[in-house]
Amino acid sequence: MSPLSWRRLSALCRKESFQIVRDPSSILVAFILPVMLLFIFGYAINLDTSNVRFGVLMDDAGPAGQRLLQAFKGTSAFEVRQCWSREEVLGALAKGELRGAVLVASDFSTKWLQGEGAAALQVLTDGSEPNTANFIGSYVQGVYEKWDQEAAYDQGLTPAPVVDVRIRSWFNPSTVSRNFLVPGSISVVMTIIGALLTSLVVAREWERGTMEALLATPVTKAELLLSKVIPYYVLGMFAMVLCLVVAVFVMGVPFRGSFLALFGISSLFLGSSLGLGLFLSTVLRNQFNAAQAALTAGFLPALMLSGFVFEIASMPKVLQWLTLVIPARYFANSLQTLFQAGTIRGLLIHNALFLALLALFWLGLTAWKTKRTLD
Amino acid sequence: MLTRLVCLIKKELQAILGNRQGRILLIMPIILQTALFPFAATLEVKNSTLIIYNEDGGAASVELVQRLSQTAAFTKIIMAHGEKEIREAIDSQNALLALQIPPDFSRRLLNRQTAPVQIVIDGRRSNSAQIASGYASQVVNAFALEQGGRPLASISLRNLYNPNLDFKWHVLPSLVAIITTIGCLIVTALSVAREREEGTFDQLLVSPLTPVYIMVGKAVPGVLVAVAQGSFIVLVARFIYRVPFTGSTLLLFTGMICYGLALAGIGLFISSLCETQQQAFLGVFSFMVPAVMLSGYVAPIENMPVAMQWVAHLNPLSYFIPILKGVFLKGFGFGQAWSNLWPLLAIAACTVRVALSMFRRHIA
Repeated sequence: MSPLSWRRLSALCRKESFQIVRDPSSILVAFILPVMLLFIFGYAINLDTSNVRFGVLMDDAGPAGQRLLQAFKGTSAFEVRQCWSREEVLGALAKGELRGAVLVASDFSTKWLQGEGAAALQVLTDGSEPNTANFIGSYVQGVYEKWDQEAAYDQGLTPAPVVDVRIRSWFNPSTVSRNFLVPGSISVVMTIIGALLTSLVVAREWERGTMEALLATPVTKAELLLSKVIPYYVLGMFAMVLCLVVAVFVMGVPFRGSFLALFGISSLFLGSSLGLGLFLSTVLRNQFNAAQAALTAGFLPALMLSGFVFEIASMPKVLQWLTLVIPARYFANSLQTLFQAGTIRGLLIHNALFLALLALFWLGLTAWKTKRTLD
Repeated sequence: MLTRLVCLIKKELQAILGNRQGRILLIMPIILQTALFPFAATLEVKNSTLIIYNEDGGAASVELVQRLSQTAAFTKIIMAHGEKEIREAIDSQNALLALQIPPDFSRRLLNRQTAPVQIVIDGRRSNSAQIASGYASQVVNAFALEQGGRPLASISLRNLYNPNLDFKWHVLPSLVAIITTIGCLIVTALSVAREREEGTFDQLLVSPLTPVYIMVGKAVPGVLVAVAQGSFIVLVARFIYRVPFTGSTLLLFTGMICYGLALAGIGLFISSLCETQQQAFLGVFSFMVPAVMLSGYVAPIENMPVAMQWVAHLNPLSYFIPILKGVFLKGFGFGQAWSNLWPLLAIAACTVRVALSMFRRHIA
């Protein structure tokens, strides 16, 4: 008995493919879910803060105060609501109707002229939304400094020498968060396809009793494993092409890298996530549990620890080490580079190496755990 | 009839908790997630690397570099000796951002002219890079203001409810909602599908239980799992992470039960459409991910396109998270929470109703 018979392997692959194609839910996962997720990640996660509901309580009727009010109303990030009492502001902040507010007291102009040491403005933010609160704090500072310069110039006060900070963003000049979130989210989508679907396949055979039937045939371990890997690999590559097309042509995310590199990295990544899914399925032999385990070990780390939204460098050291074994980390980083920056060889080779190691690890572990016996 | 219901619920709980693997899978993920995510899910920028190319070398520029190296956001500062090094450091992601100080920087400041400096950020990580460049700009501007001229009257900034803008205070209350979503949906949606796949559902149907009872029997364990998992995370948040809990405990549990019901309805609705566990699982997944993304947890709802805002308003999570944050941080009682509680109740009523009619139709 040869270890690998093409005839048996292709027959098994055909059977597996039929099972995929005939189950509408796998089509949902491979084609509808990726597109839906890309749109949600690309448009719903908008980190470019805008339309912040911001309250202004203006007790200074003088020209300086009015001018400041206009300055706030003229900003692009704030949707200004004028408030009439401190209680109104606090109530609206508690309910989440406002994310922040500036309180301008009646002695604002005096304090402003007095200069150093005086607190001219009071800013309140809703700290339960720390990202927005942080943004409001520095944005108000910016508006105030700009207003101050103009007002000081008009009053004939000498303006301070200013350091003009010019910010340039490489690769993504207009800093659209979509441009880096969409490539990152492709790695999450591919994790779903790779790990979730496969986590069910071996367990299903056990649950339905068809594994016993399979084991009664002369099929070898290698054939069994490959017949599970190959169809899902093909499915994953289809989904990858779909993601690429949607990202580039529908969502307008630029792609600057080489397709060959993309193909290579995606294959390695699929290898590792298919391996993880199959491993869980082989070990747990129960669809319900394998699905939950895949969610915990595959999807959630891809979402939280891949660095696609949350910066890895900001995490505690222990977590940073943990991210080293998460395939989505290398894939998200490679995709962000390939889409935005182009083929940066050193970085991609490093990522490819780690992905290959992880793929070997999971597939090897699965092979080791796959037994040709019933218990 | 009530005893039958109790028996059914007991049997369901046994099916979930009866074997070791199942128990581990209901408990382990929660422990892992509460241990990891509060540290991972942060948009703060810490420990990032700044590369500086100082072409000037004058006193002012050296002072500026000094100041930047004392900033907590940048734990590592690399000094570059040319633009090529900057390009390489950003390309290979060895540095998140670069600062370039032009040769005439100190001279221009002395002559009271505007002195430009350039910050280059890595657009592949534009969000964190922008936050980091915000920190750098603040340092630079504060430095500039001290270089003479007219000192500026300051702004007093107060962050209500979370004075130090600790991200964990935002993550943990939201985590209560997110983790219970996973637990409750999987338990309700997959339990029916599993019975169908194993053929035991037909046995349930020939028992004297009516469809309503079967449905209640499937929904109650889901709600119980949600409340148990939620309470666990609340306790961890309160006593291990020391997130303040300032609101009403009764409101917390009312919210949790309403939310659990809304989820159970959704779970049963999904399971009534599905033949197999795989389909049910994927159905849960297709609901859960958009629900988490469109809840305002990762990015505020008001930033989304209008169509997605509508969807967000139908999402039970968009109401449960504000209730949780209110109960933890804002001292909410029923009065303040009402504007979020009634939509949650309405959604729960709708999903349970729809699930029931789907359930009946499927059985008949």
